[in-house]
Amino acid sequence: MEPILKVENLVKRYSKRNFAGAPQDFLALDGISFTISEGATLAIVGESGSGKSTLASCIAFLEKPTAGNLWFEGRNLTLAAESDLRKIRPQIQLIFPDPVSSLNPRWTIFDLLVEPLILQGRLGRRERITRSFSLLERVGLSADMAERPAAELSGGQRQRLAIARALTLDPKLLIFDEALSALDCSVQAQIANLLIELQDSLGMTFLFITHDLTMAAHLADEIAVMSHGRIVEHGPSTKVLRNTSHEATKELLAAVPQLPRAPWPATQR
Amino acid sequence: MASVLEVQDLHVSYRSREVRSRPVLSGVSFDLMPGEILGVLGESGSGKSTLAASVLRLLPPNGQIVKGAVLYEGHNLLQANPEELRQIRGGRIALIFQEPSLALHPTIRVGEQVRQVLAAHQSSKKFDRNRRTREVFTQLFPEDTDRILSSYPHQLSGGQRQRALIAQAIVCSPSLVIADEPTAALDPVTQMEVLGVFRALREKLALAMIFVTHNPALLSGFADRILVLYAGQVVEWGPSETVLKSPHHPYTKALFESIPTISVENEKSCGNMLPVIPGNSLPSSLPRKGCSFEPRCTVRMDVCKEFEPVLVKLGERHVVSCFKYKE
Repeated sequence: MEPILKVENLVKRYSKRNFAGAPQDFLALDGISFTISEGATLAIVGESGSGKSTLASCIAFLEKPTAGNLWFEGRNLTLAAESDLRKIRPQIQLIFPDPVSSLNPRWTIFDLLVEPLILQGRLGRRERITRSFSLLERVGLSADMAERPAAELSGGQRQRLAIARALTLDPKLLIFDEALSALDCSVQAQIANLLIELQDSLGMTFLFITHDLTMAAHLADEIAVMSHGRIVEHGPSTKVLRNTSHEATKELLAAVPQLPRAPWPATQR
Repeated sequence: MASVLEVQDLHVSYRSREVRSRPVLSGVSFDLMPGEILGVLGESGSGKSTLAASVLRLLPPNGQIVKGAVLYEGHNLLQANPEELRQIRGGRIALIFQEPSLALHPTIRVGEQVRQVLAAHQSSKKFDRNRRTREVFTQLFPEDTDRILSSYPHQLSGGQRQRALIAQAIVCSPSLVIADEPTAALDPVTQMEVLGVFRALREKLALAMIFVTHNPALLSGFADRILVLYAGQVVEWGPSETVLKSPHHPYTKALFESIPTISVENEKSCGNMLPVIPGNSLPSSLPRKGCSFEPRCTVRMDVCKEFEPVLVKLGERHVVSCFKYKE
């Protein structure tokens, strides 16, 4: 299948100066290449500091990569003009790690949902309202919450709202930057199910950035392991987990806390 | 053997603008033996952090301990005077916070921050304080003790900062350490490293510890006993092996099932729905009849709506609060 996103030799260098004023460069991304085909889920896992989040912001074009190419649906984003980027950006949505700080707590849920539509000048007033209500239901929030401020939502509800907000503009690619890590285990499971369901019904492409290898294995078809700004291992989830070849993957795998699962009788449901 | 800490029938509530008093903990009781690690497991809103804070009477101004007793080595901390409390906090009972970057002072070197804890609790000479601080740092950072001692928090990584906090906590040789989600902000590799530090400390110092977390997997092979909180109540309490391998309370069962496993053996589990607990765990502010888990429970019975279950003793040290079980 045609890849929806093709990342070619992406480099991001942050330059800063030390106390003496000598330049001290930090290579956050050191030649990243991968492709995602339409409707697939790729998980990028790695320790903190491995460059995962920088990669996310580069793909969402919030940061300009230092070198390399970024192809989205066959168009090279690094060469695109700002006016074109404005049209492409809505199709790539980023969901941030902390639902508490990424949503303005004083805005009502409804305001938060229609803002992207207003900014992009899409739909009429009435259609915006119906659209935001249908999105609320889609992500499992009740429509009568629409007038409440975001501050009153629980962590899981906020993350649902953040997902609904990302969906308003019909994106083709959704990037989740540690979108589940701040949530409780049982809420994580609820949101994970929501994601699977959304992908089945809308056929979107997911890029899942996380340090949780378990969740990555559960949600993604493919896993790419990052370490020090490079992809050190990439392949189908089961293969990466079964025949781990790189140290970084082994380390991550060994660090996953596991429940001692005794074969307890399945609960009666 | 006498217990280090005994919490008896603790009720805590918070005042807010809408509700005069919202119960957050209702009737929590447990005890802790010297050298024991108790894992407190609960989700946001279950009252686990409130429990950690009320043991040291560090509740926010709108929090109030309604009734109950917290006995530390036989003294009731709820009746202790401010000076006694000051000596106990940080000296005999240490608290490790969730966010290491917020808990450390950003413009004081970490070595000095640990020395200050000593100065606040012991009337020792400066020389002795320096020696003791170095001793603790050598234990926690065997590699570059000197560099870390004279570093500022921003020069350290997340794991190192968390270890500096641990140094602060253990420098006065407390008999009890309360850790409130100490690894929540860390990535798995660092988390493992910090857990390793806790394990090593426990072997060396025979510390009793309350380890508050929302991730049951962290407690496996680490905690001696596990206390499961749901909506401010103890729903299950028992030896960690028993609770993790054969949970009895419907909530504990459902919680463990909702966590995905890495399935290396069987063909991929990817794309399957996870079994979830329906509904939200936000405790309602209205007092309600019956079991607090009843609305979300899959095995509820008629009796659950009407009456509140009491703790039922299943094994030697295993208790569950559910009507499904009888003594």
